[in-house]
Amino acid sequence: MSRSAFCSSGSNLVPKTTEALNPLNRPKKHHYLNGRQRTNLYQKNHRASKVLAYYGLRSPPYKLDALEPYMSQRTLEMHWGEHHGGYVDALNKQLAKNDLLYGCTLEELIKVTYNNGNPLPEFNNAAQVWNHDFFWESMQPGGGSSPILGLLQQIEKDFGSFTNFREKFIDAALKLFGSGWVWLVLKREEKHLAIVKTSNAVNPLVWNDIPILNLDMWEHAYYLDYKNDKAKYANVFMNHLVSWNAAMARMARAQAFVNLGEPKIPVA
Amino acid sequence: MALRTLVTRKALGNSVAFRQQLRGLQTYTLPDLPYDYGAIEPAISGEIMQLHHQKHHQTYVTNFNKALEQLDDAINKGDAPTVVKLQSAIKFNGGGHINHSIFWKNLAPIREGGGEPPKGSLGWAIDNHFGSLEALVQKMNADGAGLQGSGWVWLGLDKELKRLVVETTANQDPLVTKGSSLVPLLGIDVWEHAYYLQYKNVRPDYLKNIWKVINWKYASDIYEKECP
Repeated sequence: MSRSAFCSSGSNLVPKTTEALNPLNRPKKHHYLNGRQRTNLYQKNHRASKVLAYYGLRSPPYKLDALEPYMSQRTLEMHWGEHHGGYVDALNKQLAKNDLLYGCTLEELIKVTYNNGNPLPEFNNAAQVWNHDFFWESMQPGGGSSPILGLLQQIEKDFGSFTNFREKFIDAALKLFGSGWVWLVLKREEKHLAIVKTSNAVNPLVWNDIPILNLDMWEHAYYLDYKNDKAKYANVFMNHLVSWNAAMARMARAQAFVNLGEPKIPVA
Repeated sequence: MALRTLVTRKALGNSVAFRQQLRGLQTYTLPDLPYDYGAIEPAISGEIMQLHHQKHHQTYVTNFNKALEQLDDAINKGDAPTVVKLQSAIKFNGGGHINHSIFWKNLAPIREGGGEPPKGSLGWAIDNHFGSLEALVQKMNADGAGLQGSGWVWLGLDKELKRLVVETTANQDPLVTKGSSLVPLLGIDVWEHAYYLQYKNVRPDYLKNIWKVINWKYASDIYEKECP
């Protein structure tokens, strides 16, 4: 019987983890006892052993002070360490109680727990872990400016111009009511780029679209640095933080799944 | 006649509010706080109170008025799609104005009675329905801490069933969205802007401390008015 009834990649042989084993919970070394006790201990552990999978807190691809002065180290320490770390811990705690969900990759877990709009309790934590991983990688020190090559062409095709896209993205960030995220996605069905707003923890994976960039508009993302000035935060993100390198890499990968144009077949 | 010639648009300038009042459109203004920004410390810092009142609440009022003016225009032009499209902005900004107006009255400095437990019929109703004030506080704190994203946690009165309820609403939805007969007695803002600068991500601490400045007198007054 498959341990993970919900995830297609689940198997009862080895639990899949997307991250390294949580160092705080690494199993302790067994003490060497006399032969008999050791055998009993082995048998007892073998019968009662429960394999647990953990998700780990992935570090951003830069030091926590690397985004200064646009995103302070204090914000990153709080946002990554406390908020993002908190979601990881909460998710691990939930999964420890419900092993039907083991064996999933994080993306599968998000889609399964979204449950078509009626989310299970694990959804919030799973999705927020994924969203924040994506967010740190969507930024870089010395970010900003604009994309080049194929992604720029696609943006110009779908939004008219890069300036227009930028305006629409910032506008979406300001018009979002409550907590949520703003995304640049590649829509799988419609085969074009779009700007999407989501509430709380929802992300475009649940609609099977491919995210290219995101911006965290939860207040905790900007309040320490910008107080209530959402406009300044969104502009600073576009001007100084956004990583078009990451976006272009994701776009290149996305094109393996979505046919964006007619293939150029050379005429003999 | 003379009055009309005096009261020309040119003479009065392009005052939007005046024009709106001529048309009969009600505009909303930011209510004053009945206490200083620093008077609620240390439960809520003066910095948060000032930002919360002068920036956040003011923005809701401004955008509410803007949305209402656009709605008025759209109604007069018979532009149904715009009328419908504006509903979410009205709900959000109007809700924000309503909720925060109640919130300022729900708080009081300690020396003006903040934190004093409710007496009279509300105190009795709380004990009757929740067991004790502590139980009510615990329930509201649990619901408030568990709320995902932004929203409010309310102690409300169902004025038809004459019963107290604890409810949460998302974003700036007012309590009536959970039931048209619900009257808000007490609302606690659990948007991050309400506590982040002081409590960072530890929402439970904010919830624990805010009870020291809750103005039960206001809640009692509303309760006694609805349930004489």
